[in-house]
Amino acid sequence: MGSGVAVDLENVWIRFGDFVAVREANVHINGGEFFSFLGPSGCGKTTILRAVSGFLEPSDGRVLIGGNDMAGIGPNKRPTALIFQNLALFPLMKIWENISFSMEVTGASARERRKRADELLDMIALEGQGDKLPSELSGGQKQRVAIARALCANPDVLLLDEPLSALDLKLRQHMRTELREIQQRVGITFIYITHDQGEALTMSDSVAVMKAGVIDQIDTGHNVYDNPATPFVASFVGENNVFRGKIKSISGEEAVIGTNRSGDLLARVTPTQVGKLGVGDDAMMFIRPEALELGSNSGNDKTTISANVVNEEFEGNSFSVFLEGDGGKLIKMAVPNVGQDHITGRGENLSLHYDVNNAVVMPAGELASE
Amino acid sequence: MSSKALIRISLGVYLIIFFSYLLGPLVVMSLTAFNSSGFPSVSPWACFTYEWFNVLWNDSAIREGIFYSVIIGLGTVALSVSMGLAASIVLTQVWAKFRSTYYTLIIAPILVPGVVLGISTLVFWDRLGNFLGAGDGSMLSNLFHNGIFLTILGQSSFIASYAMLVFVARLQRFDPGLTEAALDLGATHTQAFRKILLPFMRPAIASASVLAFLASFENYNTTTFTIVDYKTLTTVLAQKVRLGINPSISALAFIIITLTVFAALAFEAYRRNQARQEAVKQGKAKAKSGGILPSFMTGNPAAIVFVLLAFVAIVVIGTAQKYSPEQCKIQVREAKQAEIQRRIKELQEQRLIKSQSEARQGPDIFGAPEEEDTGGKPSGAFGGVFAPGNLSDDADADQPEAEKPSGGSGAFGGVFAPTNLDNDEGN
Ligand SMILES: Nc1ncnc2c1ncn2[C@@H]1O[C@H](COP(=O)(O)OP(=O)(O)OP(=O)(O)O)[C@@H](O)[C@H]1O
Ligand SMILES: [Mg+2]
Repeated sequence: MGSGVAVDLENVWIRFGDFVAVREANVHINGGEFFSFLGPSGCGKTTILRAVSGFLEPSDGRVLIGGNDMAGIGPNKRPTALIFQNLALFPLMKIWENISFSMEVTGASARERRKRADELLDMIALEGQGDKLPSELSGGQKQRVAIARALCANPDVLLLDEPLSALDLKLRQHMRTELREIQQRVGITFIYITHDQGEALTMSDSVAVMKAGVIDQIDTGHNVYDNPATPFVASFVGENNVFRGKIKSISGEEAVIGTNRSGDLLARVTPTQVGKLGVGDDAMMFIRPEALELGSNSGNDKTTISANVVNEEFEGNSFSVFLEGDGGKLIKMAVPNVGQDHITGRGENLSLHYDVNNAVVMPAGELASE
Repeated sequence: MSSKALIRISLGVYLIIFFSYLLGPLVVMSLTAFNSSGFPSVSPWACFTYEWFNVLWNDSAIREGIFYSVIIGLGTVALSVSMGLAASIVLTQVWAKFRSTYYTLIIAPILVPGVVLGISTLVFWDRLGNFLGAGDGSMLSNLFHNGIFLTILGQSSFIASYAMLVFVARLQRFDPGLTEAALDLGATHTQAFRKILLPFMRPAIASASVLAFLASFENYNTTTFTIVDYKTLTTVLAQKVRLGINPSISALAFIIITLTVFAALAFEAYRRNQARQEAVKQGKAKAKSGGILPSFMTGNPAAIVFVLLAFVAIVVIGTAQKYSPEQCKIQVREAKQAEIQRRIKELQEQRLIKSQSEARQGPDIFGAPEEEDTGGKPSGAFGGVFAPGNLSDDADADQPEAEKPSGGSGAFGGVFAPTNLDNDEGN
């Protein structure tokens, strides 16, 4: 198997006519890394992947694999293997022929191919199923066959385009762990595409969050979740409550934002925006539902929000309490289920407090759901 | 309730009418192949005979026609299937804006009358030969004036469009991602085509080939121009119709119909058997039903009918070697002679009466009764065969009458030609 080969996108632009699908992408992916592109549907994830695998040439900029410029090198000459969004298993070939297709085109004998296919079938826990047709496999099995087929080509970089999106929840969670294990075993670079933030956060070493052709942030999953760079990232990755307002004062890494409904609130300026906020600027503050707690915070009203309860939902491991927020938006609070019957009643006025470290503020911008 | 019954009855009636419209002519045609009468007819039924199959077998023009039809059919299949496949693939690749224009362009040959295609093929290759300076007798010139070469090209010019339609339908269900996957795994474009697209297209290639062969085999109006000095089955038949036909044509039709039915049944039986094996493989059906039938016939009516028909065919062919309708034919001929004698007598009596009245009224209405005779036939368009010269010999004119009073087939007016009658007598 190949081992970690780095992939770089330098100033990559991709246009379809007048439409810009990818704008100035600069990405460095370390060899052997599990790297995810995360973004909503239509933001250009597949397009980037196609540029890496060679199905399209960037309109501008360079794609480097292992330091080599890939311009003019076709998909069949690149050290990449792509797992397609719909898997694209060859329906008329048996499983073992599917898996060993990359050897067939180089003229390997049937015996060699069969042997290698059987090894890979063992690896994906499908031993003895090599003579079936793809249509005779379940969704998760097809998934694994697609991975085996890609690995059979000994790629340096494996590209995965939302491979789990067609699977049901249970299987998806199982396959996540399995994919991660395979990646650690073979040690090659994985570039993974998803619009499911949970998937990106569990599996990846690094995540690039994309919005309409633009990469907003590249960081570890943890940082993307805790220190979002833009309102888009904050609202797209995980659930978040947004508070709009103007900056009233800044002291070091903390700032006070004046909101309409909830008064002045204290928050931490998100690391990438430190120094870029000024007093009077339009800003947005984000607090996660699980960071809100019941009860007022011993007098500090800059970390206390009071609001009326609109609704309450039981979610199994937690209760979701919805309160009246800014501009008709609801504030969501998650209260862990530790045996309560319910949390509050409709219309009740609650005081919620939070830890400053869990609230981030940044210049106002576009939100994911807007 | 009663309206439901009414609907069901009218549906039944409709189906009967529909199928008799569809199959009636074929059944009648098939029956005529077994009637010893010299012109294809069912009534009056003379004698049951297999002789027309013999006549057909010994007809070298038809044999030659079939031979060239098959050669041309195979050539057309090869050419039009590959052109159609290429055209359909281009359709999926061509820039979306041009797609509908391209499609119309490619489909156009279907709409162009075959006659025009035939003439233009002939003219084009002749001119091309001239342009290339291919002198008479040179190899190029021979090729460009070769009937088989020209017919294959002429027919393919529109049959390729049919083939393309078949391919486009199949291609629409092809996932271009499969080709990309193959490329991504290191295949060259040729390998991706050969190993991925071609296997996917195989069923469509098979049906397009059958379609192309049949379309080529039955084509007349293009072929008649491009065939030059060769002949195909259709041109031979057309020539025969012009000169007067006999039931050996029906025998040929019967053979073709039988082969078609056999092929259809065999295909259906095969298909059902495949489906059954598939079901068995997936554990949805029992492997053996334990009945008296062999396994490939269980739950497969097409296979049963196929076997039964094959059995009937073998019996028929076997008896045909022994059966001879000579006795019957002699009887029919005698009956005919007697009838003719009777009619002649009748006519003579009529003449006698007429000549007596003629003596009183003058000769101007002579022939009126004769005219009534022919006016009763629907074959007005071919009235020419009843020209006075024909009528002058009463015995001759009456003979077809006695043989075939229905005379319903206007298109075959030529059968009343004198040569035909000779033929009949010869039997
Ligand atoms: N060949 C093309 N021609 C024109 N526009 C294209 C083409 N391919 C993609 N696009 C556009 O580029 C944008 C990004 O497409 P892309 O397939 O990369 O989205 P994606 O992020 O993979 O979405 P999804 O999660 O739904 O797969 C879309 O708006 C799409 O309409
Ligand atoms: Mg996509």
